[in-house]
Amino acid sequence: MRGGNAALGAAGFAAFLLLAEAVPRLGLVGEEYFPPASRIADALGTELADGAFWTALGDTLTGWAAGLAIAVVAGIVIGVLLSVVPYLREATASTIEFLRPIPSVALIPLAVLLYGTELGSVLLLVVYASFWQVLIQVLYGVQDVDPVAEETARSYGLGTWARVRHVLWPTALPYVMTGVRLAAAVALILAITAELVIGAPGLGARIAVAQTSQAVPEMYALIVVAGVLGLLINVGARSVERRALAWHQSVRGEVAV
Amino acid sequence: MLDVRGLRKVYEGAGRHVEAVRDLTFTVEAGELVCLVGPSGCGKTTLLKCVGGLLEPTGGEVYLAGRKVDGPPPGMAFVFQEYGRSLFPWMRVGQNVGLPLKRKGFDKGRRRALVADALASVGLADAAGAYPWQLSGGMQQRVAIARALAYEPEVLLMDEPFAAVDAQTRADLEDLVRRLWRERGITVLFVTHDIDEAVYLGERVVVLSASPTVVREQLKVDLPAERDQLSTRVAPRFAELRTHVYEQIQAAKRGAVTAGTDKPPPH
Amino acid sequence: MRPLLLRLVFALALPVVLVAVWWVSSADSEDVYWPPLRTILETFPGVWTGERWRGDVLPSVLRLAAGYVLAAVAGVALGTLIGSYRRVRAVCEPVLEFLRAVPPPVLVPVIMLFAGIGDTMKIVVIASGCVWPVLLNTVEGVRAVDAVMTETARSYGITGAARLKDVVLPSASPQIFAGLRQALSIGIILMVISEMFAASNGLGFTIVQFQRSFAIPDMWTGILLLGLLGFVLSVLFQLVERRALGWYHGLRAAARRSR
Repeated sequence: MRGGNAALGAAGFAAFLLLAEAVPRLGLVGEEYFPPASRIADALGTELADGAFWTALGDTLTGWAAGLAIAVVAGIVIGVLLSVVPYLREATASTIEFLRPIPSVALIPLAVLLYGTELGSVLLLVVYASFWQVLIQVLYGVQDVDPVAEETARSYGLGTWARVRHVLWPTALPYVMTGVRLAAAVALILAITAELVIGAPGLGARIAVAQTSQAVPEMYALIVVAGVLGLLINVGARSVERRALAWHQSVRGEVAV
Repeated sequence: MLDVRGLRKVYEGAGRHVEAVRDLTFTVEAGELVCLVGPSGCGKTTLLKCVGGLLEPTGGEVYLAGRKVDGPPPGMAFVFQEYGRSLFPWMRVGQNVGLPLKRKGFDKGRRRALVADALASVGLADAAGAYPWQLSGGMQQRVAIARALAYEPEVLLMDEPFAAVDAQTRADLEDLVRRLWRERGITVLFVTHDIDEAVYLGERVVVLSASPTVVREQLKVDLPAERDQLSTRVAPRFAELRTHVYEQIQAAKRGAVTAGTDKPPPH
Repeated sequence: MRPLLLRLVFALALPVVLVAVWWVSSADSEDVYWPPLRTILETFPGVWTGERWRGDVLPSVLRLAAGYVLAAVAGVALGTLIGSYRRVRAVCEPVLEFLRAVPPPVLVPVIMLFAGIGDTMKIVVIASGCVWPVLLNTVEGVRAVDAVMTETARSYGITGAARLKDVVLPSASPQIFAGLRQALSIGIILMVISEMFAASNGLGFTIVQFQRSFAIPDMWTGILLLGLLGFVLSVLFQLVERRALGWYHGLRAAARRSR
């Protein structure tokens, strides 16, 4: 069954590539707007041989990884803090509900003024957007802590730190992983946005340059790269998350029996 | 009314070949309440889904009032074991009961009357505005039964409907089914793995073998029509019948083969 | 249940403190980039009423609405189609996963090639960025319709359009709404950057203009307005979601109680 699905999927992908080749070749769309897949592949080959491309890719990944790391650490630390200190969760709820939906792109002009096209601009946007994803999931996770387990830990006289370490954290971990997965995808979107709009060095900036210089096949090649990058991040984050979830459920199963 | 002839179902897939039902032949007369009972995992659900037109049999036929069943016929209503998953949680009780009636093309007034009548006869006249998940398990199964009643089927198929409710609720629901059957004169085919339930409810019990399933025995239940949980279950005849069915099921589990009879055990 | 007053104090205390801190700490700020909050708030009404309201804010919001609605309709329709057939799903899934993974902002230069820099371009950008989370979540939701519910519907002859309307779509609606929520934040991002990238009006365009001409207090009012817009849209979304998925939240709460 599985093999059959993979074959169908491969066929679907082949059909997609064929379509991307045929539509411009048949003149259904002008080649200057949408070059055939083979020309995009050519341009991709040229890009891959270009050192500047790899520098740009490195820049994008640096902004993504650094921003994500800051957001994850901050999200976890603040999330745990809010849950452990009495009344803090309640006191911050309305503020979080207000700040969270603020689109991070609203900060673009501020980023430009403060950091120009430096890494700081990318980080500001990436951290702001992905921080909330992590924080919210941590808070969900802590809410899910079994009150019986918490009571047991208290009755055995476990201190705050021990309770965080042995009760709260194991329960919240799968949620944290979900938060990291969501944050990883959002971080890439914002990293590319910052490069594209502000001009911070990276794939996004390279796409903007290709667009203004009418290098259409190169632009599509770079977009394909961005897509592959997004795909790898999604797949990687999902497999990490699944591992964390599997561990969680096996533990749960033992408790339930 | 319901005529099952030489029914056979084989599951094929990924190089496996599982014969769930081998050869089943039995009939249910109009207005009869027949219980199918068999050892666990004997393909009861498969059988009932074939009868209801939800599964296509590999061989044999099912006739409802002389018409061959090839897809869910309008004259049949199904009550599933998993009441929580069979009622739609986004619809209120009244909407759940009324939904199948839209297919019948009844106008709004007629639909409303049927829904109210069905809910009243399962004792849930006041619950039309509630969501199913606001009710207890037993009440949810009552809603599912009301939905089947409102559909006004010729045959009501029930697939282990009370397997997932607690014992007291179960007794109430059994009496409800008996009462509805007597009041409304519908034909009921009731599948269960509970021997006592089969004997208590049925006018006739069809005992199935272990999988691949055949009919092992058909047994007329000669208990009075008026039954109640207290006196019927302690009646000596009830004990005889249930012991007989129990022995048949045990034998079926061991795989012993005996010729099917149509006779009840002698008094 | 705590008394209303106490809950109100909890809800308002921190925001009041934060605004007060901002107000006081920036009160005599000489820094060009961090003007006093007082100045920003005084500038706000003058900047965003009248001409700019009609000329920039409304067009932005309308384009967002048009693109979002387009994406929602297309995503749910296509997702239902793809999710209903196992083979179609197997064929489409890898391509869809790839298209979803493309960071939506890179769509801006592509769609500019086709559609120029007018309203069409922005609506298409917003729609083609928002459609993926809706589409893929719908596929997932339609695929996961409970087997017993499907059989119930079949045995009672609920087929075709009625099955779609009364069974499949309601059953998939929690996932569909999750997709719509993701799509909303992507939509706002795309609305802003499509205007920053190429436009002659709109919120994004105006805010960048303020920044480039060093009209810093005006720029800050723009940031506040965008934040406010995000907040208001999120509240509206929650209202709609709570109405549409009331049954789902009730069901979940009931399941938790019996756990």
